[in-house]
Amino acid sequence: MSNIDIAALSVGDALPERQHTANNVSLFLYNAAIWNPHRIHYDETYTTQVEKHPGVVIDGPLQGDWLNQVVVNWMGDNGALAKFNYSNRRASYLGETLTSGGVITAIDTAAGTVDMEIFIKNENGDVITPGTAQVRYA
Amino acid sequence: MGELIDDAARAWIGRSQDPQRIEINRSDIIKYSIATEQRLEKYLLGDEAPAMFMFGALRPLVPMEELGPDGITVDKFIPELPLKRVMAGGTEMTFHRTIHPGDVLIATRSLSEMVEKQGSTGPLIFVSYNLVVKTEGGDMVMEEKQTRILR
Repeated sequence: MSNIDIAALSVGDALPERQHTANNVSLFLYNAAIWNPHRIHYDETYTTQVEKHPGVVIDGPLQGDWLNQVVVNWMGDNGALAKFNYSNRRASYLGETLTSGGVITAIDTAAGTVDMEIFIKNENGDVITPGTAQVRYA
Repeated sequence: MGELIDDAARAWIGRSQDPQRIEINRSDIIKYSIATEQRLEKYLLGDEAPAMFMFGALRPLVPMEELGPDGITVDKFIPELPLKRVMAGGTEMTFHRTIHPGDVLIATRSLSEMVEKQGSTGPLIFVSYNLVVKTEGGDMVMEEKQTRILR
């Protein structure tokens, strides 16, 4: 990575978008890594018949991580993540391709902070996981 | 409003769980970074933990017999309330310092707030927790406000 020049940023600038398509393997590894044995993330029969979801559920905090990556993959070596908020508004299921992205909403050059809105959208373009973040530059 | 949270439940506000001690190790960071498809080398090599790594590191480690038929263990750090169905609300994190292999962290969770609200489908209770993560030496690492919605 390289450094970001805060003086060259503008409110309204978009952060790079990225597509995420979880599969059985990636979802298994994620839930193993976070030690989450909830069956809705790997047992399709249980998920649809007992908990009545239409499919295996993509973890909310995994979407939170993808949101976080929108910020950290963009912010440059001189940036530090200061604040990060998100909420999971709607569920997402295995097979869906989600798109992450964001937009700069405020820049304070004196304080060295950049604020942004970040989002995860589903294939219909609905924001299912909105968030905000603040990056601090030394 | 005000009738769903009784005095016994209200007495939980301000209560803390026993602090949790977590030793951060490189291979756990690498596994997490592969599973979440990180792109930065510092995460993939395990030199630094991604911000959301702590979510997994703090998950409960309980014996198999404490896991229910759904696979999960019930979080007992919540008062007796008339609404039982728990949904994840939002989370707000503030970071003071990054996390690296070899760090020994102390995490303390307290119940900070309980609020009744009227949702479109009925009453809701918002239960908020404050999580504070410090180094063993007492330096602040991160703070998080987690909200759960009961309906």
